Amino acid sequence: MEFWYSENHTDNVKFSIRVDKQLFSGKSEFQRIDIFESEEYGRFLTLDGYMMLTEKDEFVYHEMITHVPMAVHPCVKDVLVIGGGDGGVLRELVKYDTIERIDLVEIDKMVIDVCKEYLPSVACCFDDERLTVYYEDGLKYIRRCANMYDLIIVDSTDPFGPGEGLFTREFYGSCSNALREDGIMVNQHESAFYKNDAIAMQRAHKRIIESFPISRVYQAHIPSYPSGLWLFGFSSLKYHPVRDMNAKKWNSLGIKTKYYNTNLHRGAFYLPNYIEELLENVEQAI
Amino acid sequence: MQDQSRAPIYEALENLKYMRIVPFDVPGHKRGKGNPDLTEFLGQKCMSVDVNAMKILDNLCHPVSVIKEAEELAAEAFGAAHAFLMVGGTTSAIQAMILSVCKKGDKIILPRNVHKSVINALILCGAIPVYVNPHTNHRIGIALGMSLEGVKEAIEQYPDAKAVLVNNPTYYGICSNIKEITNLAHKHGIKVLADEAHGTHFYFGENFPISAMAAGADMAAVSMHKSGGSLTQSSFLLTGKNVNANYVRQIINLMQTTSGSYLLMASLDLSRRYLALHGKEVFGNVAKLAQYAREEINKIGDYYAYSREIVNGDTVYDFDITKLSINTLDIGLAGIEVYDILRDEYDIQTEFGDIGNILAYISMGDRKSDTERLISALAEIRRRYKKSRVGMLEYEYISPLVVYAPQEAFYAEKESVPIAESKDRICAEFVMSYPPGIPILAPGEQITDKIIEYIEYAKEKGCLMTGPEDMELKRLNVMKGV
Repeated sequence: MEFWYSENHTDNVKFSIRVDKQLFSGKSEFQRIDIFESEEYGRFLTLDGYMMLTEKDEFVYHEMITHVPMAVHPCVKDVLVIGGGDGGVLRELVKYDTIERIDLVEIDKMVIDVCKEYLPSVACCFDDERLTVYYEDGLKYIRRCANMYDLIIVDSTDPFGPGEGLFTREFYGSCSNALREDGIMVNQHESAFYKNDAIAMQRAHKRIIESFPISRVYQAHIPSYPSGLWLFGFSSLKYHPVRDMNAKKWNSLGIKTKYYNTNLHRGAFYLPNYIEELLENVEQAI
Repeated sequence: MQDQSRAPIYEALENLKYMRIVPFDVPGHKRGKGNPDLTEFLGQKCMSVDVNAMKILDNLCHPVSVIKEAEELAAEAFGAAHAFLMVGGTTSAIQAMILSVCKKGDKIILPRNVHKSVINALILCGAIPVYVNPHTNHRIGIALGMSLEGVKEAIEQYPDAKAVLVNNPTYYGICSNIKEITNLAHKHGIKVLADEAHGTHFYFGENFPISAMAAGADMAAVSMHKSGGSLTQSSFLLTGKNVNANYVRQIINLMQTTSGSYLLMASLDLSRRYLALHGKEVFGNVAKLAQYAREEINKIGDYYAYSREIVNGDTVYDFDITKLSINTLDIGLAGIEVYDILRDEYDIQTEFGDIGNILAYISMGDRKSDTERLISALAEIRRRYKKSRVGMLEYEYISPLVVYAPQEAFYAEKESVPIAESKDRICAEFVMSYPPGIPILAPGEQITDKIIEYIEYAKEKGCLMTGPEDMELKRLNVMKGV
């Protein structure tokens, strides 16, 4: 028997994983949710058929979206996570004792419930005392916030489907308003390799630079995502992601990671020319 | 009772596909084969039903089979004696309606805030408008409905009037007391015509204002393609029991194409079926979504998304709660400015912006998440742009001075003068701020200082001004020697 999960990365490129069995399939108010078990990538979560995370490479994504801003901001106390229903970002955040409050806004409760049951190594920290979960549209939640957070992590799906509102100017503008004056926003920034992803990436960048004085893009290698090269956005009202990184301080915390380190932190902001060019095209148009 | 789950035109088109008829008739693209680029763009399915009238598909100009059945089903669904499928937009329905009851020199009573298609119909038939002041809500700066008293006075002054035309509702969702206006007009032997371009859903939803047919009106032009979900340019013309439908058909055929689009007709047929079967639920959800958006927008502060609280029992007899009209003046921006910012900076297209308001059209196709975007964008615009309200000219009703019949002025000898020098002359063309398409000047009306000031202001605020021959609206055509 051949049982394969396939995702079209473009109309002409397909990525497939041989599946051992399907562990869960359900439909929430917002999307279809599936969990598969595979030999190569372990268990993986898909939403409306799109790959969200695999047990094998989720550490790259979650470490890079969390530790990069944490190594820059001198004292993060209040954190907001938009999306992140799988719990991966949360797992990285709870490693920091300075954090006093974590608000997590996930539109789809079923995602959290399913991840808790089938992805225990990722959704492992929902019992943390500092955490409050809001089941709400992130765009709706954030427009009521002002001057409340030191760090906002936008762990969204792609810019179509339920995550669409999280790639808009109204969202990024509300985020800048929700941050304290030295706050940082980090977001999942799509990819730059295939044309349609690159257009989405450029649109997001355009909307972000309209709302933040400092915004830089950094990269990580995530094999299960289209092209394997994934981008994140670092935006801030005050701090530069490389110059203001405090490596000594971060390393003294003794946090154990599989991908992130402070040298890689610096390197991640050095981008290939084709990506620099895509970003510059947007910046010059403003 | 007919079977509202039927859709005779759609069914006939489906049958046609299986008959494998070789087309030696128009259209020349022959089910798309002759125009590969267009077929690639629109899809084979669409092209295969872009066909001409033939025996099994009936003929729009003289329906005897499937179109007739579709019209009968629609008449029942709308509670009308007869329904006509219209393929020239609601404009064509309005023209047919007016030409059916008015001839040259006849008077028609109507509110000033009519759509331009109404006045165009007067140019065609030579009728004379008797305008009723729709009054203005000064807090939000919009024209309202006709008061019963206003209609009464007009009838007393012109008892020989042939018709009263009522907006049900206006673009902004304002309804007049159409039932009492109808009773009053009928007592005087005057016909009642309703422009229901924005009221299709009144026929299918619950807790909406009364529809024209339910109120006993004689004819109604209904934009199925607006809230009803059919393709753009498709509409219904409804007639009541005291109207000779065969005469109306003759009037329609004066101006209607003899190549009626089956895409449009099928879309009317399927939309009528959908609403007859599911309308209550569909429009219940639309009303809920609009109400949710209204509450959230009012929570932002300074914006005023109005609703039933503006009902005053007369000039606002009822309000259509699906209309999300938002007054923007308290954030210090004109509606048209907010409309532009939403489009240019937030990728959100709203229906229109006027001097003081924007209208976000909420319909059966909207998602909650998109509504959240609109609300958040409005919150952001307030945060970024809010300034004081001072210096904002407000909309004010300018009572028209009708000196000549629109037809007479339109066809009269004209001369072109700079706007600033047009005072006291008789305008020979339209000036319209579009949308919402309400005339500032119509042919046959005297130009005043106030009108000139309003035109300049609306231009400055970026309203799209249409109508005059001079596209930049620096000059106006006026009647020569008058």
